[in-house]
Amino acid sequence: MFNLNEILETVDMISRENLDIRTITMGISLRDCVTGSSKTTMTRIYDKITRLAKDLVKTGEDIERDFGIPIINKRISVTPIALIAESCEEENYAVFAKVLDDAARAVGVNFIGGFSALVHKGFTKGDKLLIDSIPEALSTTERVCSSVNVATTRAGINMDAVKQMGHVIKECAERTKDSGGSACSKLVVFANVPEDNPFMAGAFHGIGEPECVINVGVSGPGVMAHALKSLKGADLGTVAETIKKTAFKITRMGQLVAREASQRLNVPFGIVDLSLAPTPAVGDSVAHILEAMGLERCGAHGTTAALALLNDAVKKGGVMASSYVGGLSGAFIPVSEDAGMTDAAICGALNIEKLEAMTCVCSVGLDMIAIPGDTPASTISAIIADEAAIGVINNKTTAVRIIPVPGMKEGDVVEYGGLFGRAPVMRVNPFSAEEFISRGGRIPAPLQSLKN
Amino acid sequence: MKAVITVIGCDRIGIIASITGILAKANVNILDISQTIMQNIFSMIMLVDIAKMNCEFAELSDRLTEAGKDLGVDVRIQKEEIFTSMHRI
Repeated sequence: MFNLNEILETVDMISRENLDIRTITMGISLRDCVTGSSKTTMTRIYDKITRLAKDLVKTGEDIERDFGIPIINKRISVTPIALIAESCEEENYAVFAKVLDDAARAVGVNFIGGFSALVHKGFTKGDKLLIDSIPEALSTTERVCSSVNVATTRAGINMDAVKQMGHVIKECAERTKDSGGSACSKLVVFANVPEDNPFMAGAFHGIGEPECVINVGVSGPGVMAHALKSLKGADLGTVAETIKKTAFKITRMGQLVAREASQRLNVPFGIVDLSLAPTPAVGDSVAHILEAMGLERCGAHGTTAALALLNDAVKKGGVMASSYVGGLSGAFIPVSEDAGMTDAAICGALNIEKLEAMTCVCSVGLDMIAIPGDTPASTISAIIADEAAIGVINNKTTAVRIIPVPGMKEGDVVEYGGLFGRAPVMRVNPFSAEEFISRGGRIPAPLQSLKN
Repeated sequence: MKAVITVIGCDRIGIIASITGILAKANVNILDISQTIMQNIFSMIMLVDIAKMNCEFAELSDRLTEAGKDLGVDVRIQKEEIFTSMHRI
């Protein structure tokens, strides 16, 4: 039998501290859907997704009910569409996005990821066509998410891709200018992208993955912040220890849900992603954890150190709690989706330069950041290049999900609503990187020794 | 198969009677029960055996939530594994 305190602790975490399972994501391989004809390929894609994922939402809801733990999202990731569509005669891949969107709607998931291309060393014909189709795909569908991997530690940075993504992001924003450039919130540019990430918008089903797999993303910034509030004045060793223990408990919950979902759906269990994923809800903020450690505002000097401690301790606690850990596994710092980050950016405590420094010690990157609509494409590319360089040199995943909000300028606030929250338009360094970006080519893979 | 029922809220007459009535009707056996009052907040925890339950788990959960609303307390039933996985290695 459990003691009273243990049971009440769990119940409190769920009912008062926003503990939840952020997502159950079903990864589906579409490799066997390729026929060479776009018509039959699309039929196969639709049929396969709707067949394998037909019980995904219901199973998620059943688990939610049985264990009394909210499971916020049920989602699907698929093989990068550039690989699947490549052999077809079709040149506009937006039609494939439409099929994914229809399949997602049919099974009731809110996002489907995998309108993706991996171009860290160069483009194939399919990669080119996919990237050209991204603005149309994201502006004409509701649930499709897209990602492009432009760099890896082993290949270096494909600066031609970086350059092009600046334009793609601008066009995505322009095409959805009525909703604050919302298409950009469904597009992530990665370095060292993981193949088993369950979190959107960057999820896709990697080519080394099995036929079908269940990956689970946990959450729990609120639980973490609550645990730290009782530690006023304690030294940082104690803080790290408390984070570890709390992360262990949160992850065990993720492991349980992952195992149950995998059994009930008869699909192998892939990984639990140990990320601390905030939402705009009060009490569900990563920034507030950092503030609970003693920073007046997230973004103050000391934030990078506090985040490094947090991220490392979460991993140490989580790794022991789950048999397989993967995905992004780190603390997310999306500006619009985290009430504390939003406030910090509005009051001037947090700027893009500090966020960039923070991404050196945590996943995932510059996430959900609104910038002025007139920011040149080359500056966006330069932001991507900086972030990719951090990932490539430090052997970690980094990413950019940035929104040049049409018609808005520094200091304005754009409302996206729901999980995407609201974003203050942040200052971008006005000096140009045009000449650097227009050079194109590749930045060679870095040295793996002589590290300093 | 076991589940844990937690009841949290303001103390009043009839809470236990109402909850146990629902359990008896669903053929759910109570294995252990403990309660405490902390700062005027009543909390009761029951360990129950649902192996011979005569209705769906979801239905029992709905009935308990309903009863909780009438009583002005928060009632939840959760399968035991969530607590074992969280608190036992």
